[in-house]
Amino acid sequence: MSVAGTHACLETVYRTEARRVLATLIRLLGGFDAAEEALHEAFAAAAEQWPRQGLPANPYSWLVSAGRFRTIDCWRREARLAGTLPELLALSEQIAEPITPEDIADDELRLIFVCCHAALAPDARIALTLREVGGLTTEEIARAYLTPAPTIAQRIVRAKAKIRDEAIPYEVPDRNQLPARLESALQVIYLIFNEGYAATQGPSLTRADLCAEAIRLGRLVVDLLDQPEAHGLLALMLLHEARRATRVDANGDLVLLEDQDRSLWDRGLIGEANGLIGRALASRQVGPYILQAAIASIHAEAARTADTDWTQIVALYDVLGRVAASPVVTLNRAAALGMRDGPQAGLTAIEDVMAQGSLDGYHLAHAARADMLRRLGLAEAARASYQRALDLTRQPAERRFLETRLDQLAEHRTLRD
Amino acid sequence: MRYACLIYYHPQTLFGGSPQANAALAECAGYDEVLKASGHFVAAEALVLPEEAMTLQVRDGKMSAVDGPFMETKEMLGGIIVIEARDLNEAVRVASGHPLATIGHIEVRPVVDFSQPRPVL
Repeated sequence: MSVAGTHACLETVYRTEARRVLATLIRLLGGFDAAEEALHEAFAAAAEQWPRQGLPANPYSWLVSAGRFRTIDCWRREARLAGTLPELLALSEQIAEPITPEDIADDELRLIFVCCHAALAPDARIALTLREVGGLTTEEIARAYLTPAPTIAQRIVRAKAKIRDEAIPYEVPDRNQLPARLESALQVIYLIFNEGYAATQGPSLTRADLCAEAIRLGRLVVDLLDQPEAHGLLALMLLHEARRATRVDANGDLVLLEDQDRSLWDRGLIGEANGLIGRALASRQVGPYILQAAIASIHAEAARTADTDWTQIVALYDVLGRVAASPVVTLNRAAALGMRDGPQAGLTAIEDVMAQGSLDGYHLAHAARADMLRRLGLAEAARASYQRALDLTRQPAERRFLETRLDQLAEHRTLRD
Repeated sequence: MRYACLIYYHPQTLFGGSPQANAALAECAGYDEVLKASGHFVAAEALVLPEEAMTLQVRDGKMSAVDGPFMETKEMLGGIIVIEARDLNEAVRVASGHPLATIGHIEVRPVVDFSQPRPVL
């Protein structure tokens, strides 16, 4: 093998195998630091030996063995110096390497579940998952989150210290714990996706990378764990991704769902998402991600806005409200009701949920109310609500959208006068 | 990426003769080899105490130089190690293995990539 060929080959193996090798080494060696060191050693050994000996038949096993061997060798040397050889020898003998694909998948799941553990701060879960499961560097995560690299590095260091100090177990949760632990893992993935999808500030390329990474993580969980909500989340992300190119125009301005060029939506992704939703619904275990995906799928299936099946969307929001009640779900249902039964019904429903008070600071609630008022021809009240929404958001594209609405209402008034 | 690990310590602590400090100093001698074996090593130098140093400046084309700085009670820069690491967290992990991390402090600084724009302050 040529030097360049070996280098390219090592790069490929790093991308495909490093995460799985690390996941296994953490279990074998009992911690992140030892495992990362062993992973590094293993790839250093590969760089030295593969050009001479050729690529091993099973790079994963080769790297796990090399990392494990070198670490135990190092422990033996240290133990000899410290005079504690017998205990350490006993420890190293107990180490067994995974043999079946199921064992390897279990290691990968252990890594995901420990990185997304609820005992860690939400920011730390995201950084740790992106680095340890996603394979991003600290600097790449920092660029994507517009955060200084030392801030991200510190989150990761502290999270690992917490995992070690609190002895958070490195295991796949049992059946009783699985729903809650999976929810936490899916939430981390969805937060990563939303960070890439919702924000339009910052270098757009790295933001799109976050979406791609979240979808990759979503696919990984689906491959490893046959759980309906994991299918639901992946479908939901794919449906958003299918529309991404059309939701912002050439000026970076927001384009509403009703105004998007539906011919540009990615039919391949929509088809894949629908397949996942079908499988998830067939399980009869309906969770919030599947329901949100099903709603997004109805939008994706409508050839024109006017063809949207609002009756079914309202019905799905009803179920979602039962499974995962929240004021935001009620607000979204109210907006859908406004499409099904007209703006007066929508306005009444929106005002009902806003009267409960918790959405006072949520700009989209005021924008939704303004929209119903605008459609009812109540320009003054609509202006006041759009203005309130504008006061509540600092997101540049959303601000421009709300300002345009305010301008349109002002023009409308001028024409009428 | 390359990172400079700047090692700071109190000379009184490091050379004060405590068993812990002496053990750390004894380990320092072989640490380059550890970094070479793991493939992280780029360059490393330990620095003598600052009394042996000169500090210079050039203003209006004229150079002036003074001896020192002189040892104060604060920590001083005592060594520089440049390592190659995948990212900042790996650099921090590698630096944390240095014997003097248990006595002083190590600042891990990315080495400037001149293809990137200069910082805007």
